[in-house]
Amino acid sequence: MADQHPKLSTKHLLGIKDLTPGDIQLIFETADNFKDVLNRPIKKVPSLRDITIANIFFENSTRTKLSFELAEKRLSADVISFAASSSSVSKGETLIDTVNNILAMKVDMVVMRHPHAGAGLFLSKHVDAQIINAGDGAHEHPTQALLDAFSIREKYGEVTGKKVAIIGDILHSRVALSNILCLQKLGAEVMVCGPTTLIPKHINSLGVKVEHDLFKALNWCDVANMLRIQLERQEMRYFPSLREYSMLYGLNKQILDSLDKEITVMHPGPINRGVEITSDVADSNQSIILDQVENGVAIRMAVLYLLAGYRS
Amino acid sequence: MQNLTLLDGQKFQITIQRLCHQLIENHNDFSESVIIGIQPRGIYLAKRITDELHRLLPKASITHGNLDITFFRDDIRTNKDLPPASSTKIDFMIEDKRVILVDDVLWTGRTIRAALDALLAFGRPRKVELLVLVDRRFSRQLPIEPDYIGMQVDSVDSQKVIVCWEETDKKDQITLISGK
Repeated sequence: MADQHPKLSTKHLLGIKDLTPGDIQLIFETADNFKDVLNRPIKKVPSLRDITIANIFFENSTRTKLSFELAEKRLSADVISFAASSSSVSKGETLIDTVNNILAMKVDMVVMRHPHAGAGLFLSKHVDAQIINAGDGAHEHPTQALLDAFSIREKYGEVTGKKVAIIGDILHSRVALSNILCLQKLGAEVMVCGPTTLIPKHINSLGVKVEHDLFKALNWCDVANMLRIQLERQEMRYFPSLREYSMLYGLNKQILDSLDKEITVMHPGPINRGVEITSDVADSNQSIILDQVENGVAIRMAVLYLLAGYRS
Repeated sequence: MQNLTLLDGQKFQITIQRLCHQLIENHNDFSESVIIGIQPRGIYLAKRITDELHRLLPKASITHGNLDITFFRDDIRTNKDLPPASSTKIDFMIEDKRVILVDDVLWTGRTIRAALDALLAFGRPRKVELLVLVDRRFSRQLPIEPDYIGMQVDSVDSQKVIVCWEETDKKDQITLISGK
């Protein structure tokens, strides 16, 4: 008779790695309800009115930062935002010192993006606040993976059994790893596709298919998730030219129309139009890129809400 | 654990019918009124009331919806168990309407406080009334009182009042549970 009260199994959201399939389902079900809230005339609920959240971004971001800020404000949390470029980090302060100074102002949760993998985990071991990883180097970007899987679920009704191809710069992408882990936990099949130099060695140990031919990958999949070439993380040249990359791995209308079936196109943004995806594909009705952005707010609300209710 | 059945069978039906007649006295043909059940357990009573009103007033069109109050609770940080959210379904305007909030058990009044908050997101009703099947009187923590009461129960904090529904539990019954 008593209602089952499912809860998250983790205090922090550092990566998809730490989530159980049950956690992901709970986040999705909660996000469904928040999506409903976001379609009301008054899009705000008072759930987190006693919580203060610091958004600490040591790396540039538009979408994720805005999406988190909006999610926090829709939940009535108090929000402080901080960008490393305009802070004392440039004066030589360490990460722990910076965060502890912020926490001294009575902050309950920290949303952090950092250029180094594992920064969130490191912080979670040294400070009291709950940490939400908004991207750590080329490691994980859990909320992006959750909103991607949520968008697939919204489009197809379920993720189980779907075939998803992640195409592009897998090597430097945190979105790729989080997506692989998330989709696999939900029972989807995952393939990665890109030039040999941009596919990490031993990636098949994660149980994903590897393909170097874009056309074959597209013919296999139900959903193509196109990734940007992360030039800012590339210390050497991984391919001769952007033009050549675009010719071999860019998704255009012609190749999309030549497929036997209609696939769904996703992109975590920011898009480099004309490189990994052409404008006519990005703006076509096969693309759910803007749905992803919309779902991002609901997913982040769900994550913040569930973490705020976490009990050890 | 000791279970005491407070209401079941025909008396249960009569109670619901009485509540409906009381509603009709105040709301005439329900053209200016809406019935909103509070998730998760108030929605069954709201549905029963709506169905019974349809039977009593075949010509009236009676609007009814469900309201989830989870995100409006005041104990998200302190409650040991965070209840899961349910869906809200209010696909009509409540602006200037007479809203009848429906829940199964009224205890501390905190759920109704949250429901009043949640309702504001859908407009400014002319009036809000409260209908409950069970009023656990003398246990209120907020100044909230029901307008329509199925039955009143005197209970202590350690006891629980559970309403079972044919739809989910295969029988209509109100039970008072004492002890662990």
